[in-house]
Amino acid sequence: MTRLAPSAMNGGADKGALFSDLDGVRRRHAAILAPNWRARALTAAIAAALAGLFLWGLVVLEFSWLRIWNGLDQLGSFVKLMWPPQYGTEEKLRSYLWAMAETLSIAFLGTLLAAIIALPLSLLAARNVMTSRIIQFFARRSFDTIRGVDTLIWALIWINVVGLGPFAGILAIMTADLAVFGKLFSEAIENADNKPVEGVKSTGGTHAHAVRYGILPQVTPVLISQVLYFFESNTRSATIIGIVGAGGIGLHLAEQIRILEWQHVAFLVLLILAAVAIIDVISTRLRFAIIGRRAT
Amino acid sequence: MVTISTERVVLHQAHYRAAQRAKRAQTLLGLVVLVLLIAVAARVGEVDLAKLARNIWRFPAYIAEIMPTLRWATLGADLAEWYWGLGYWLRKLGETLLIAYVGTILGLAGGFSLCFFAARNVTPAGWVLFVTRRYFEFCRTVPELVFALIFVIAFGLGPVPGVLAIAIHTTGALGKQFYEVVENIDMNPLDGVKAAGATWIETMRFAALPQVMSNFASYTLLRFEINVRGAAIMGFVGAGGIGQDLLEAVRKFYYSDVSAMLLLIVATVMIIDMATERLRHYLIGLEQRS
Repeated sequence: MTRLAPSAMNGGADKGALFSDLDGVRRRHAAILAPNWRARALTAAIAAALAGLFLWGLVVLEFSWLRIWNGLDQLGSFVKLMWPPQYGTEEKLRSYLWAMAETLSIAFLGTLLAAIIALPLSLLAARNVMTSRIIQFFARRSFDTIRGVDTLIWALIWINVVGLGPFAGILAIMTADLAVFGKLFSEAIENADNKPVEGVKSTGGTHAHAVRYGILPQVTPVLISQVLYFFESNTRSATIIGIVGAGGIGLHLAEQIRILEWQHVAFLVLLILAAVAIIDVISTRLRFAIIGRRAT
Repeated sequence: MVTISTERVVLHQAHYRAAQRAKRAQTLLGLVVLVLLIAVAARVGEVDLAKLARNIWRFPAYIAEIMPTLRWATLGADLAEWYWGLGYWLRKLGETLLIAYVGTILGLAGGFSLCFFAARNVTPAGWVLFVTRRYFEFCRTVPELVFALIFVIAFGLGPVPGVLAIAIHTTGALGKQFYEVVENIDMNPLDGVKAAGATWIETMRFAALPQVMSNFASYTLLRFEINVRGAAIMGFVGAGGIGQDLLEAVRKFYYSDVSAMLLLIVATVMIIDMATERLRHYLIGLEQRS
């Protein structure tokens, strides 16, 4: 390997020498300094393909400057009409607040039920608990299948069973989250340290004992933290579940948007933002209280 | 041998019992609060277990009802009848994927260009950080479907409002993840580039960007996968994609159509899931090798 002249290695004082021999440096280190045309071509090709797909998508999806322009114009007038946010009559306010309470109830009970049901099921899907590979495989694939169906679609199905209203919403959130929790819980269980399990077994504990006293105490804080996190994100899901008739504030929101009552829309959106922010603060506090600051 | 006096053991036992009692009281209090919350929520949420028990049979019945009639003897014909609208559904599914893709790219552009302003370590000014963060929060807290509902009225029915709704939500979600990545970078290269006389933009380009690229790509892929699920229900409010046909099939009781479309959606989501996971692992591998 060719090296720089010793004088150039001395730093500061001799920097001039290095720069004066710039051509020499370029010549000697041609392999390092030469542009890598293959890598550049590959990057350019990928970028071009992605950009091409994007532009093609814009055309196929009927984007046009005129449409965007008119839409933004309309949107601007909506935003102007939104100010100041208002709720109309006292009675309306009461029904909005009740709907918000429904939304929170849906999120709370849906998340809780999902967690309770998912815990035993996640044991079936965890490699270090379930010794039968076949059962584990089927548990995993069932979770994947349920996860592929959106909460709103589950809401439609549950409406067929228990009728319109928040109960259908609770069951929908429960079903959709069941699969997510099942996956997350089983991953947390698989990541648990194996030493406590060996300890329990070495004192004569059965496999069930090992799971109960070796694994569960380790993963409980992680699971609770995940459940609290989902409670917050489910508050958001529960705000829209009313669009298909499964209770909560979504129904009012969709209705007010359709009849162009923009001041009410603004009020409802602010109500949702406030509720989500409050739940966010509470769940973060609880998470820290339960698991300590370290495991966020 | 160390001898421990009886008094000390007794004292220790008392301490232990007191600690145990305090802990139990705390747990009990937590449980009482939880039960109270459940009771209130159950009342507000109109939970009716008797109704559920009476009607739960409808759940498996519904699943059974949407299943197609497939007979072994006439399997080909039955399948063809089940998937009678395959061409149309695939087109709609393609539209759904495009909505997710275009929305992700637009959101990526928004989140990427703004994230450096929202990162505490590189932001040009405090108020810029504050404004950008609040903007991201607004974008990701208002649900996509609410944006879609409003945009459908402003931009008209079709995929355009769906794309824009997804783009706004993606801006907020990616923006947050991106600035968290940027806040964790090594600051030494930035000092070096700055010392060589680079402007703020040049510093971001040559010192910050190379450190965060692979993480950004990984988060974007994850977001694309989430957006495919989101795009599948955009049609519920008339914002394009296969959702509209699915909602119609459910509402009008076209049973076998429901299962046909659901199966297509689930399969697509799973394939995208696996593909993006592969890609992400590949990207992470690239980072670790270099």
